[in-house]
This record gives sequence, structure tokens and C-alpha cells, in this order.
Amino acid sequence: MSNEIAILGVGMHPWGKWGHNFVQYGVAAAREALADAGVPWQDITYVSGGATIRCGYPGYVAGATFAQALGWQGAEVNTSYAACASGSQALAAARNKILAGECEVALVVGADTTPKGFLAPAGGYRPDDPDWVRFYLGITNPTYFALYARRRMDLDGDTLADFAAVKVKNSRVGSKNPLARYRKIYTPEDVAASAMVADPLRLMDICATSDGGAAIIVSSLEYARKIGKANAPRVAAISLVTPTFASSVVEMPDIATDSAAAAGVEAHAYRASIPLKAYEQAGIGPEDISLAEVYDLSTALELDWIEDLQLAPRGEAAALLRAGDTALGGRIPVNVSGGLACFGEAVPAQALSQVCELTWQLRGQAGDRQVEGAKVGITANQGLFGHGSSVIVKK
Amino acid sequence: MSQKPQVPAIDGWHTMTAQPHLIGTQCERCGTYFFPKQNEYCRNPACDSTDFREVELSRTGKVWSYTNACYKPPAPFVAAEPFVPYAIAAVQLEKEQMVVLGQVVTGVGVEELKVGMSMELVLETLHETDDDIKVTWKWQPLAQ
Repeated sequence: MSNEIAILGVGMHPWGKWGHNFVQYGVAAAREALADAGVPWQDITYVSGGATIRCGYPGYVAGATFAQALGWQGAEVNTSYAACASGSQALAAARNKILAGECEVALVVGADTTPKGFLAPAGGYRPDDPDWVRFYLGITNPTYFALYARRRMDLDGDTLADFAAVKVKNSRVGSKNPLARYRKIYTPEDVAASAMVADPLRLMDICATSDGGAAIIVSSLEYARKIGKANAPRVAAISLVTPTFASSVVEMPDIATDSAAAAGVEAHAYRASIPLKAYEQAGIGPEDISLAEVYDLSTALELDWIEDLQLAPRGEAAALLRAGDTALGGRIPVNVSGGLACFGEAVPAQALSQVCELTWQLRGQAGDRQVEGAKVGITANQGLFGHGSSVIVKK
Repeated sequence: MSQKPQVPAIDGWHTMTAQPHLIGTQCERCGTYFFPKQNEYCRNPACDSTDFREVELSRTGKVWSYTNACYKPPAPFVAAEPFVPYAIAAVQLEKEQMVVLGQVVTGVGVEELKVGMSMELVLETLHETDDDIKVTWKWQPLAQ
């Protein structure tokens, strides 16, 4: 019994700072995905939306909002909130519905409009809210990425030049992606000249927040055969595991890790646990992966992910980078979309955009960014509050 | 010198003594420590205790990692004008088996820090109001 579902169509609204309502981006992406799939909107019986939560922002009714915008036609809806993994959770909801036999073909969609500047918590005196506490004490999002980056430098020997090389690599390939927001090719000198934000990370090491939308049409394998798309790429695995107590890594927005002092408790690194279930579910290993799309909130974090996905032994991702293995044309290309470095993060759309890129790559439709002979791709991301995901797509 | 009273920026999170400690709780049954305090339910998945005692955490530990803030954070952070960058350390407490974040004392920059070095907890001003001086915990390299 296969747990696979088919990816019939994908679509994205270009990432940018467009200033429109998020619904517009989602509708554009959905219509493109429907056209790509050759499936009429009226045939969709399940709409699964990825949502974000931001001070009354209505993204939290994503499924219904998109279904209404596309025109009510009776489909059931779902809205998933899982921070940066919202899109994957929405995809998993559609997969469950399909594998349960309750739906043949579904639309999964996520879109975001981001506010300008720092994302800040609500005011007042609210020490029960860890997000309020850490901002009050002067700890922002880049703090956490910088702590991870510094450990790589002090323990593994990574250098500022390595981090800059990630930015240069991603900007080179992102310059060829018409959907990317930043399409300029950067040099190591450009990165070195950008302002230090949280030592050792400079402005160009850290991703921005963007507007964008991504959508995917998924179906049962039987439906795919019926409409002549038996060879469509398939979702082979979706991992949405939460962390295991206790934590070995201090995670945003926490001020401390969970204590591992109790008998029988060990400290676990959450990020590294996320892909394990995906590999297990797909019945494959890291050696089978042709390419990876990982959540490079910072340049250094891309290197962490490479090790978390077991594409390199712990502490050796920079060696892979230096050898050119993770570049387009290398042994295991990482972020050939350009990654968050070129896109900027559009939270509820980002995990879906990773799957869109893998789909184009596995179909051989990625143009200048094509990874030769791509057969299996993996995504990885982690967000707030114990949310993370990893999706495996295969031919 | 200001004559304003010194008060904790966040009530009840640390002692106000010369050798300050963070104040956490410990599960009476499994021994898990919590900071910030947890008094309602134990988050160890193997424990369903609801009984906790208040404890002072170790005031020394080793640097797990460190960074700094080169830009002024948004509110509720209250920044001095002009803004002065400060270092931040994540410090591993041996007995509690946990890592606690905090600013590093004024005058100590990232170039003076290293993963693994010993640190101690001190109190320092976070910001001033019209009525008082809000102090918080900060990490300071431990004198050899």
C-alpha cells in the first residue's frame, strides 16, 4: 500500500514587497497551479490553506479565505498553522484526506504579506510571554541565528568567508529565478561590506521577510493516472515531528533550554530530528537525495541543515561548500531556487515554495537552474513553537 | 549618581543579592529544573507531577555560544540614546543541564568571549524609568 500522492500542478506568485493583500498572491498562485495541473477549479474538493498569525491579520482563516476568493464551489476547507511549517502541515492535511479516500484532488495554498521592519511583540508588562521577555531583554531573532553560527566557528572552524560563500552561491543561482525577490549576484566583498547585525552575521547573511504565494495541486495516484499524469512527481514523505524533551539548542523565542537534569532524560537537537521521519517514511536515505531545499534563515544555518539532513557528517558542511558540492552542478546541490537568501521569508507560503521548486526540478523544467538527472528532493524547515517539517518528493 | 531605587526589571526571576542567582523551580518528583519558573505541570514527558519547589539556579556556567546586538531592538526593549551595542551569551549550567540566555556585562565584547569559557551571573542596569532603575541578570567572564 503506497502512501504516496501525486503532484499534478504547482504555481507561485513572485516574491517581493508588493504591498497587496495576501489573498491576491494566493489566488494567483492557485490559478497558476490549477492551469499547470490541467484541473478545473470546480473539480477541487478540498482546499487546504497554510496560515500565519500576526496581530489580527486574517491569514488564520486561510483555507476558507482562498476558497471564497476563487469562488465558493462547495469544497471542504482546512486551515493549518504551524509557523514556518504551515505549508507542509496544510499539505499533510490534504494527503490524509486523499489517502483516506475522501478526496481525489486537492488545492494546497499559502500566501503572506509581511509588515515592514522588526517583528515585535505586543506592548505592556507581560513576563508570561517568552517573546515579550526576550525582546525586553534585548534578544531579537538574529541573536539565535548568530549563536548557532558562532558555535560553527568556535567548534568546527567555519569562517566568515564560508558564510559569505553561501550567500554568493545562492545569489548566483537565485539570479536565474524569475520568482525570486533578490536577483543581484553578490561577491564575497559585498557581503563583507554589509553591516554587522549580530556578530558573526552581517546584513547579507540574514534573510528578509517578503510577500509571496505558493500553491500545489495534489491527487490520488489513481486520479493522476485517470487524467494522463501517471508520471507526475510524488510526495513520498512528510515529517511534521515536534521536538523531544529536553532541548540541547536554545530555540527562538525561549530564554532558556529545557533542563535535561532528570534521570533518563537526554538533550536532543530538534532540527536534526525533523528529517529522520521523512527518510523513514519514504524508505530512502540521504545517499538517495539529488537536491535539497533548506531553510536558510541565515547563511550559516544552511550549513547546519546540510548536516541535519545527513548530507555531510556533523561539522563538515563547510568542507562540502568549499568543494563546490552544494552548488548547481555539484554533487548535492542545496537551495538551487536561490533559497531564502534570494526570496526572503513569506511564512505560510515558504514550505510550499520549496516543494514547488523540487517539482520543477524533478520534471526537468527548471531551466538555467536545472539539476541534471534530479530524481529525489528533500525540503527542511523549522519555525517557532516546536514546528518544523521535511518533505520528500520523488519521480 | 542616581538616588533612585534599584528594582528587578522582571519581578521574581532573580535574587537581588550581591552574589545573585536566577530563581527557578524544580519538579519534586523527577528533579527537572525550570527557568522561567513552572509551577503547574512538569514538562518531562515521563513525569506528570504538579509539585514544584522554588530553587536558586547555579550562578556560574560555561559559554554555549555568544553574539551581540549591533542594532537597537524594538520595544519593549528600552534603549539608551545613543544606542550602545552589547554582547549576549548563552551559558550552560552544569547541574541544571540547561542553557540560559542573557546580556553580557557592559564593556565586554564578543572578541573577549569563547565557547567553553566560564561565566558568572551579575546584576546590571537594563534601563531607568522616572522612578527607579530596572536591573536584570547579565553574564560576566569569571575572574581566574
